[in-house]
Amino acid sequence: MRLLLGTLFALIVAAAVGLGATYFALSRGAAFGALTIGTWTSFPKTGTTDADPYARASIARIGRLPTALGDGVSFTAQSDDKGKALDGRCDVVVSGVTPASRFWTITLYNPAGELVANTVDRHGFTSQEIVRRADGSFAIVVAPRASAGNWLPTGGVERYVLVLRLYDTAVGVSTKAGREVPMPAVTTRSCP
Amino acid sequence: MIRWLLLLLGGALLGGIVHLATVIVLPRTATRDAYARLEPIAPVNKVVPIPAATPDSATMPFMDPAFAIAVCRYDLSQGPLKLTVPVSLSYTSVSFYTRNDIAYYAINDRAAGRRVIELDLMTIEQHNQLPEEEDVTAADRLIVDSPTTTGIIAIRALAPEPGLMEKAKAAIAAAQCRPSDIVKTGK
Repeated sequence: MRLLLGTLFALIVAAAVGLGATYFALSRGAAFGALTIGTWTSFPKTGTTDADPYARASIARIGRLPTALGDGVSFTAQSDDKGKALDGRCDVVVSGVTPASRFWTITLYNPAGELVANTVDRHGFTSQEIVRRADGSFAIVVAPRASAGNWLPTGGVERYVLVLRLYDTAVGVSTKAGREVPMPAVTTRSCP
Repeated sequence: MIRWLLLLLGGALLGGIVHLATVIVLPRTATRDAYARLEPIAPVNKVVPIPAATPDSATMPFMDPAFAIAVCRYDLSQGPLKLTVPVSLSYTSVSFYTRNDIAYYAINDRAAGRRVIELDLMTIEQHNQLPEEEDVTAADRLIVDSPTTTGIIAIRALAPEPGLMEKAKAAIAAAQCRPSDIVKTGK
């Protein structure tokens, strides 16, 4: 009886630890070889055949086609530069410059990767349509209410993620965070 | 007390094994991966446009809404395929994915250097069966080796602003993937 109870206990612990760790790792989208610049994180290897088992599992679970490294690199931000989770009820400013690339796009998704409904039907910007300052830098206001300049509506959702994709760029597996890869700053300006 | 601690430790170790096993097995058992999502709308060896993502519906999560996308869900068991993609005005890319949605190759319009991205897709085995002289004359011809017999080709054309989306769609609407005439394998 004690043996049976003990085995059962060990097996339950094993199942809880094992499945819990898998769930945790995959819902965080964790993989090896992360390239983190400011609040932006990218997994360049996920777009290659060198993708590790964690990347493969998360690709299969989410059901997306990752950006191939020969096509571009995608960076995700879930929080602002101070670590505060991106909140669709706040005014958040994304400002600065991006690493060199032929084109880039920035898109707002909910955490499940769906576009967020809003009145003006805008879900992101491309490098070509963005309004820039004289020095080439830009500022995007990510906010629930209309704003002058580059306004990216949040639809008032509680949580969202920003995905910045660089197309035809030299940024890749061998890139190290540094001066040649400047990423825009993400700042929460005001919250209701 | 010690007995229970040992059981806890043993359980945790076993849990580590469970964790690694589930992570490795998951891609093979996933029923909602990108390939499975495309199966009902994309017939084999044919380029089909993927409807643009909207807040209400999207074929796959995390699709870039600035792009017109078409896919060719391929099956090379009947022989190699030939892919031709006319490039659009701004940026066109072609990415190749295995059956498990792992990207193994990508090329864009600038790298292709022509107005049409043109290449032959075959398995490594079919590539090895190519007659040598064919390989020589094919020197200026791009051959891509697929690690798996089935997979996905994703064709993407950028619409730099929303008004250009129709043009981007039109550009990739002319893309084709069809049985290759490069060589009859098994001859």
